[in-house]
Amino acid sequence: MQLLNGLDKGGAYALIALGLTLVFGTLGVVNFAHGALFLLGAFCAVTFQKILTISKKILDPSITYFDAYIEQPYLEIWFGETGLAIIDYAVPLSIIVTIPTMLLIGLAMERGLIRHFYKRTHAEQILVTFGLAIVLQEVIRHFFGANPIPTPAPDIVSGSAAVGTWIGLGENFVYPWWRLIYLAVSTAIISSVFAFLHLTTFGMVVRAGMYDRQMVAFLGINVQRKFTIIFGLAAVVAGVAGAMYAPILPPDYHMGMDFLVISFVIVVVGGMGSLRGAVAAGFLLGILQSLASMTAVSSLLPGIDQIIIYLVAVIILLTRPRGLMGRKGVMED
Amino acid sequence: MMKQLMNLLKKQSDLTTILMFAAGVLTMPIWLDPIGANYPDLLQKFVIFGIFAVGYNILFGLTGYLSFGHAVFLGVGSYAAVWSFKLLTMNVLPAILFATLISGLIAAAIGFVSMRRSGIYFSILTLAFAQMFYNLAYSVLIPITNGETGLQLRMHDPRIIDNYFSDPLPGLPSTDFFGMSMNGYSGFYFCAVVLILAFYIAMKIFRSPFGMKLKAIKSNQHRMRYTGSDTRPYLITAFIISGMFAGLAGALLAVTDPLAGAERMQWTASGEVILMTILGGVGTLYGPLLGVGIIKYLENIFSTINESVLQQFFSFLPQWGENIMVSVVSPFVGEGWHLTLGVLFMIIIIFLPGGLMEGFSRIQKRYRKAKIKDNQSDSTKE
Repeated sequence: MQLLNGLDKGGAYALIALGLTLVFGTLGVVNFAHGALFLLGAFCAVTFQKILTISKKILDPSITYFDAYIEQPYLEIWFGETGLAIIDYAVPLSIIVTIPTMLLIGLAMERGLIRHFYKRTHAEQILVTFGLAIVLQEVIRHFFGANPIPTPAPDIVSGSAAVGTWIGLGENFVYPWWRLIYLAVSTAIISSVFAFLHLTTFGMVVRAGMYDRQMVAFLGINVQRKFTIIFGLAAVVAGVAGAMYAPILPPDYHMGMDFLVISFVIVVVGGMGSLRGAVAAGFLLGILQSLASMTAVSSLLPGIDQIIIYLVAVIILLTRPRGLMGRKGVMED
Repeated sequence: MMKQLMNLLKKQSDLTTILMFAAGVLTMPIWLDPIGANYPDLLQKFVIFGIFAVGYNILFGLTGYLSFGHAVFLGVGSYAAVWSFKLLTMNVLPAILFATLISGLIAAAIGFVSMRRSGIYFSILTLAFAQMFYNLAYSVLIPITNGETGLQLRMHDPRIIDNYFSDPLPGLPSTDFFGMSMNGYSGFYFCAVVLILAFYIAMKIFRSPFGMKLKAIKSNQHRMRYTGSDTRPYLITAFIISGMFAGLAGALLAVTDPLAGAERMQWTASGEVILMTILGGVGTLYGPLLGVGIIKYLENIFSTINESVLQQFFSFLPQWGENIMVSVVSPFVGEGWHLTLGVLFMIIIIFLPGGLMEGFSRIQKRYRKAKIKDNQSDSTKE
């Protein structure tokens, strides 16, 4: 049970960490605004749902004593049942919007800001993206307010899946459908990113760029453009992760920062510049975190659930300086 | 006589610097009056965060190690000071000493571990420690930190020393320095004296061989190692010193307002001190103080502006122009003050990574160049 709980959290961590590592490994930029991209993705879902449910006030026919109004979404007025179904599926559908939006945002960010920081020091990269993260977060707060916005999943999957009966662990062992779906989606995204990197020519060039950027440029490949696309891709991965996470955790404006800190820790644990390490560490830490919040463990070591991630990070960094699967020569000086 | 004075100023001996600095800080109520920053709360903030930033600058400015966890020491200092008020005495002196000592110890522990790595790994390690402390303050350490309510003074606190000498007075006691109350201006002057002392220590460090070693580490650590000097003890010492400065600042926060909460330890608070240091100028003596002044002043002004103030401000425009301006500017003020901060920060990093102090020196250089050019063209004419 806790293992599953950890898996969907780990899925989100892994997705964010994947994007971070991708950007870091190829562009060599430490992007503190990556959590903000996750946040933007989640709010893409929120916005999409809001647009779908733009409603018209009409007279409620069931109440005759006074003028009572109910709000009826335009979609329902226009399409009837189909419209309602569309609203119900707002979150999964919002991915269609999220992908191009995040791609655009990612490209704009790379072109407008990140590109000028390739040659600066890592400290300056951290600081400028940190500033950007603050700006994005505050813009979101300005438009959506400071409170979490509930974004429900479609009705059909709002219940729990009887996982226990499938694998023979009894009927009490149930698990929310949406989390299962999230797990599936994140696995799918991770595998497609890997497939993209390993099976296409573009991916090959990117991987080559991760090993030796200069050499690839010498071979006459337009590295700059590849970088821009990679950044866009990372933004999309983070955005989709955010959009899909909205039903699990109602998005509020500081969720980006909350996830950022953890995912940075994950990237470092997994090893800077190692995609596999990032994914593995993401799932690992997600599972560890939910294991630590079990009552049996937390009564033994109170407070361990709060700090387990950071504790593991400290231990790993001190014993395996390059993280779990870090390569030699990345960020060594 | 005048010439001698000028020479003295040019030499910038330690004594003249500190005297000028002391004069500047102590007269703050006078020269900050015209811009409307002359009230004790704000002045205290200037001074206290000044200590924090000066301390942070010893680490980041001299060694280049970017710590994302310095707010921990601020928080620890506050808690330690409030506990001293609760258990021992309302006198601020033991509280400050106690807080500085405790935060120094914690800084030694964190620094000992974190300083094994450098670069971004160091930043992440300090961040991890900061998050650990922050989360623990809300969970396991609640007996010490009092969780979300924050640690407060109570009527029935033991206050061993105070109660030994005199019977407890009715009502909540307030902090004092041998009878001098720590509210309002006297609080400010007390903090100001502490800042001057702290600044003197920082200046001494900047101009000492120890400071030179730290600067050398920043410029090339490998070379330092090759020449046979072990950099680690120096780095750890710098970390501890800056941690103690932060603890001192935290203690003073508790002195002026005896309340400690864990939100002081959040990593965004660490981000704020980085911001201040960078805005003013990393690695310069006065830069961080300048940054603190600007940020705290702007925060104070911007967060109080609301829409009606804006409407008044733009009332000279025609109605439609006024509406546009108000809707454009309003996200940046009041609650949205952090947005302004973020934008300001980005602009500084992008265009002026050395902070305002670098900007000043650039302007100065250009001015000088122009002057030299003028002189040359004059002489060629003759």
